[in-house]
Amino acid sequence: MKILVPISKVPDTTAKVSFTDGDSKFNEDGIQWIVNPYDEWYALVRALEITEKDGGTVTVINVGPATADAVIRKALALGAHEAVRVDTDPTESYVVAKQIAEYAKDKNFDLILPGKETIDYNGSEVGGMIAEFLGLPFLSLISKLDVNGDTLTLERSTEAGTEVVEAKLPLVVSASKGMAEQRIPNMRGIMAARSKPLTVIPPVDVEAKTAYVKYGLPPEKASVRLVDPENMDELVNLLHTEAKVI
Amino acid sequence: MSVLIVADTKNGELKKSSYEAAQYGAKVAGIIGGDAVALTLNASNAASLGSCGVSKVLNVTDASISASDPQKVVAAVVAAANAVGAKVVIFSHDSTGKAVAPRLSAKSGAGLVTNVTSVPDTANGFTVTKNVFSGKAYVAVNILSDEKIISILPNAFGVDKGEGEAPVEDFAVDVSGINSGIVVKEMKVSGGDTVPLPEAELVVSAGRGLKGPENWGMIEEMGEILGATLACSRPVADIGWRPHHEHVGQTGVAIRPDLYIAIGISGAIQHLAGVNGSKVMVVINKDPEAPFFKAADYGVVGDAFEVVPRLNEAFRKFKAANG
Repeated sequence: MKILVPISKVPDTTAKVSFTDGDSKFNEDGIQWIVNPYDEWYALVRALEITEKDGGTVTVINVGPATADAVIRKALALGAHEAVRVDTDPTESYVVAKQIAEYAKDKNFDLILPGKETIDYNGSEVGGMIAEFLGLPFLSLISKLDVNGDTLTLERSTEAGTEVVEAKLPLVVSASKGMAEQRIPNMRGIMAARSKPLTVIPPVDVEAKTAYVKYGLPPEKASVRLVDPENMDELVNLLHTEAKVI
Repeated sequence: MSVLIVADTKNGELKKSSYEAAQYGAKVAGIIGGDAVALTLNASNAASLGSCGVSKVLNVTDASISASDPQKVVAAVVAAANAVGAKVVIFSHDSTGKAVAPRLSAKSGAGLVTNVTSVPDTANGFTVTKNVFSGKAYVAVNILSDEKIISILPNAFGVDKGEGEAPVEDFAVDVSGINSGIVVKEMKVSGGDTVPLPEAELVVSAGRGLKGPENWGMIEEMGEILGATLACSRPVADIGWRPHHEHVGQTGVAIRPDLYIAIGISGAIQHLAGVNGSKVMVVINKDPEAPFFKAADYGVVGDAFEVVPRLNEAFRKFKAANG
């Protein structure tokens, strides 16, 4: 199977979030970058499992500036066969999806498999947009993906429960937790990553549909109200009369 | 100029998130000076959207048009938006919104903002606020395109239902040309009667401080007494003490309950990222230095094995007296 895994570079999960330029930009000073966990732990690992079992290739694609290369090499170290970077700093998901769709449109990928959302912008948009640009079916929030010849059996998370569906290739799927288990790259993988192809391509012209104007941080929380562990009646009373949540 | 709200169903009835989206859409209609019209998918109780400020409902009665096959829903939304002249489309960013809104944006070129937590500010453009960095920050986003799609963060607005029913029209859409190859095989219904985590208003959660899976009885008890949904921290899901669907956190489920009770969980940033949308957080931990106490509204420093049974007793008494 020929699989494309879009990956995003995001700040590491413990990063301190702050803004610069009059709060119009995320402050990247001192930030450690990682591959978006949903893209890496679930989408990329599942793609590798499929090709390890049944043959094929896994291509990772990132839409980003040169500072993304180090993160892309991490994906190669895990086992992706090749990488592509569209050289632009995107301002929104629509632009990201358009660049990826432009790259993918003549490449005949069987499966395009991003993570369900990024941990920085939490958009949950790119997968569906890529599918529409390419005229392909799309299934979101998939926690299980099994291949049976040319049919996929998938599990989708909904408010009513877990929906089991069958679908045909080619297909776009967004990966959520449960699809695979996180892998740690080994030394051999890290060495091999250095010589795997990372091709940089120019972006196509896309007009942005939205503009991020100003960031802010939530107000400081008041300090915790400690309750005597011997007096749980008081806690219940506070939850009822003060917090009004029960 | 209308606002179109896409309102999906669960087992034939409108989802809670659909009422929330409808009420939000009615507010937006008020701001831009138009009508709020809802598009419902196979709803048996479509008229009830009148209680949320919707003036008319277009109800699709074709069971094949469902979020299981997003391309068909997109076709229905485009047809409905054209029929009522809507330039703004509202979704709830639940499983339906996530499947459909991005496709709609790519198809129509309409700018999309998801996880929105505010009504639009039309003073300088059309700006909405959304949560970013897993709830650690927010950002104001201006939608530049003429047509706009807003997908709201579920439980960010709540619903304040009034009175009234809206007139319902059957809405037919020809989707015969759409062949996605998607076939629904079955629906595995999760955990009986408990409300699924993403919609739960009351959540009781526990972690490594419980020491072993055999100690969860008192947590399950608290869940039962309160009618709360159970959750857990990542480590205990990873080692198999609790099922994966209970894991809340940055790489698990994100929840926005009114009340979140965390027992024996230290409160690492990744866990907080999944629960910081909670209205009120109660933390029970025997370590007074546990980082969770900095994020909590109420805290109890004590041994869970002593505190929880006491709290269960107090909740029981409260429920008996208050129903």
